[in-house]
Amino acid sequence: MSTTSTPTTPAPAASAPAGDRPSRARRLPPWTTAVLVVAALAAYPLVFLDSAAHNIGILALTFGIAATGWNLLGGYTGQISFGHALYFGAGAYTTALLVRQGWSPWLAIGIALPVAAVLAAAVGWPCFRLRHHYYSIATIAVAEIVFILVTNLPGLGQANGWELPVVEPSLANLQFSLLDKRPYYYVALGFFCLAAVAVWLFLRGRAGNYVRAIRDDQAAAAAVGINVHRYKLAAAALSGAITALAGGFYVMYVLFVDPPSGLGLDLSVSFTLMAVLGGVGRFWGPLLGAWVLVFVQDVTRQEFSGTGRSVDLLLYGALIVLISITEPGGLLAILQRIWAPIARRLRRRSAPEPTGSGEVRA
Amino acid sequence: MTSLLRIDKLSCRFGGLWANREVSFEVEQGAIVGLIGPNGAGKSTLFSMVAGAQRPTAGRLEFDGRDVTGWAPHAAARAGVGRTFQLMRVFGSMSVLENLTTAAFVRHPRLRDARRRAAEVADLAGLGPVLDAPAASLTAAWKKRLEMGRALATEPKLLLLDEVLSGLTPTEAREAVEIVRAINRDGVTILMVEHVMEVIMPLCGRLVVLHYGEKISEGTPEQVAHDPTVVEAYLGKAL
Repeated sequence: MSTTSTPTTPAPAASAPAGDRPSRARRLPPWTTAVLVVAALAAYPLVFLDSAAHNIGILALTFGIAATGWNLLGGYTGQISFGHALYFGAGAYTTALLVRQGWSPWLAIGIALPVAAVLAAAVGWPCFRLRHHYYSIATIAVAEIVFILVTNLPGLGQANGWELPVVEPSLANLQFSLLDKRPYYYVALGFFCLAAVAVWLFLRGRAGNYVRAIRDDQAAAAAVGINVHRYKLAAAALSGAITALAGGFYVMYVLFVDPPSGLGLDLSVSFTLMAVLGGVGRFWGPLLGAWVLVFVQDVTRQEFSGTGRSVDLLLYGALIVLISITEPGGLLAILQRIWAPIARRLRRRSAPEPTGSGEVRA
Repeated sequence: MTSLLRIDKLSCRFGGLWANREVSFEVEQGAIVGLIGPNGAGKSTLFSMVAGAQRPTAGRLEFDGRDVTGWAPHAAARAGVGRTFQLMRVFGSMSVLENLTTAAFVRHPRLRDARRRAAEVADLAGLGPVLDAPAASLTAAWKKRLEMGRALATEPKLLLLDEVLSGLTPTEAREAVEIVRAINRDGVTILMVEHVMEVIMPLCGRLVVLHYGEKISEGTPEQVAHDPTVVEAYLGKAL
C-alpha cells in the first residue's frame, strides 16, 4: 500500500503534548548507563573491603538477578507473579541435585535454566488464562503447592533441606575461600550481566514492544496481530530462567537449600518488593531495589539482632507505602526527578552559548 | 466484483439473547460498506466476530476465499483484518510512534522497517503533530485517529472501523471522513459501524441495517433511507 494523498489535517483540537517527557523512563537505557553501572559494581568490593560488605554485595546481586527476571514478566509484560520463588527454588534444587551427583556446578546451573524455563511455561500455560489479580493468586497457589510437596515428599531433602559438600576452592568448583568472598562477588556480577544482557536483548526489538503492548491492553495487542498467549509464555520462560540463575548461584554460595530458603512465599514477595521499590518496568529498578532491601535487612539484623527479626519487614512495608504514595515509579523515578534539573543545567553550561555573553567560559 | 468478506447466516447468542441471528451479507473488494442500526442492534458483536474477538454460535465466516469461522484475533490481524475499538484502546505507556511501530511489526519483523512503515502511516493518518506524545495523554479525537493509524499500520485488506466518527466535533469528523476516503483510495476495503446516519450516508456505497440482531435491510444509502422497515426501526411505527 502506498501513501498517495495526505489529507490536509491541522489536527483535532490543540493538545499536542510536546515530546518532552513521554515514556522515556520506560524505554531501554543507553549502553553508557550500563557501562557506568557495571563499573560502579565492579569497584564496590575494592572500595569496601570488609567481608560483611562483600556478603551484602553478593546477596544484593543475587537477588538483583532474580528481581530483574521478575521484572521482565511483572514489570514489562504486566503479569504480576507472586510465585517466582518456584523458579528460584527450581534453580537451587536442580543445581544442588546435580552437584550432589558430582556434576560441575557450572553445568548444573546451565541445566537448571532450561528446566526452570520449561517449568515457568508449564505454569503459565493454564495460569495465563486468568487475568490481573486472578493470575497473581494462581501463581501463589502453584508455588505453595510445590513448597508443600517438596517439604513432604521423600527424595528432595524434605524439610531438612540439602547440604552441598565443601570441596577444593576453585573457579571450576564455584567454591572459594571464605576468607575472601570477592570471587563470589565477581561471579555474581558476571551472572547479573548475563541476565541483564538477556533481558535487554529480549526487550530491544519486536518482543519488547509486544510484551509492553500486552501489558497496556491485551485486546488491542491481539488486534494488531500479537499472539498474546505465546508472548506471555516466552516472557515467563525467560523470566523463570533468569530467576533460576539466581537460585543456582545462591545454593552454590550458601551450600544449602531447604523449602523456606529456596521456595518460600516471602522470597517471592521480596522479588516483587525489590522491583517495586526500585522501579517496576524500569531496567535498573530491580537491581537498585535489591541493593536497598538487602542493605536494610542487614542493618536491622545487626541493630535489633534476634529480638527484632521482623523489623526489616516493618521497614519494607513503610518503604512500599511511601513509594506508592509519592512516586509509583520507584526509587529510580525519584532519582531521575532529582537528577533531571541538574542534568539540564549541566547541559546548558556545556553547550556553547550563542555568543552575546562574552565572559562565559568553560 | 469479488467479495473479500462473506458473512453467511452468522449467529451469536449470549444465554437467551441473540446478539446476532442468521446475519448474511458480503463486502466486495475495494468497497466502503456501512453497518448501521439503533443501539443494541448487534453491530459491535458482529464486528467482534469478524475480527475474531468473539466466537460465533453458528454460521460461517469467509475472508479472502477462506473459511475463517471462529478464528483468533491475532490470526485475523495477520490475515489482513485491521480494526479499531469503539472504546479507544491505545497502548497508553507508549508514544504514538511506538503504537504504530508495534502494529507494523506484523508485516515487518525488523525494527527499522517497522519504524519506517509507522512513519508512513503517521503521515497518512495525520498523526505527525503528536508523534512523540505518550498515547495516554491524547484527547479522544487524537486517540480515535491513532486507533485508525494503528489498524492501518498492520496493512489490512479489510479495515473495520467501529464508530470512529461519533463523538467528534463537525470539523474533526470532516477530517476523519477525508482520512477514511484516502485509506480506501489506497485499496483498503472498509466496513464501518456508525449510528450517526448523516456522516455515513455520503461515505458508503452500501449500507447494511441491523435491528435486534437481525439484518432488516441492505442497499444504497438512498434505498435504505426510504425503506419503511428501517424508518420504523429508527423512529417507530406511524400512529
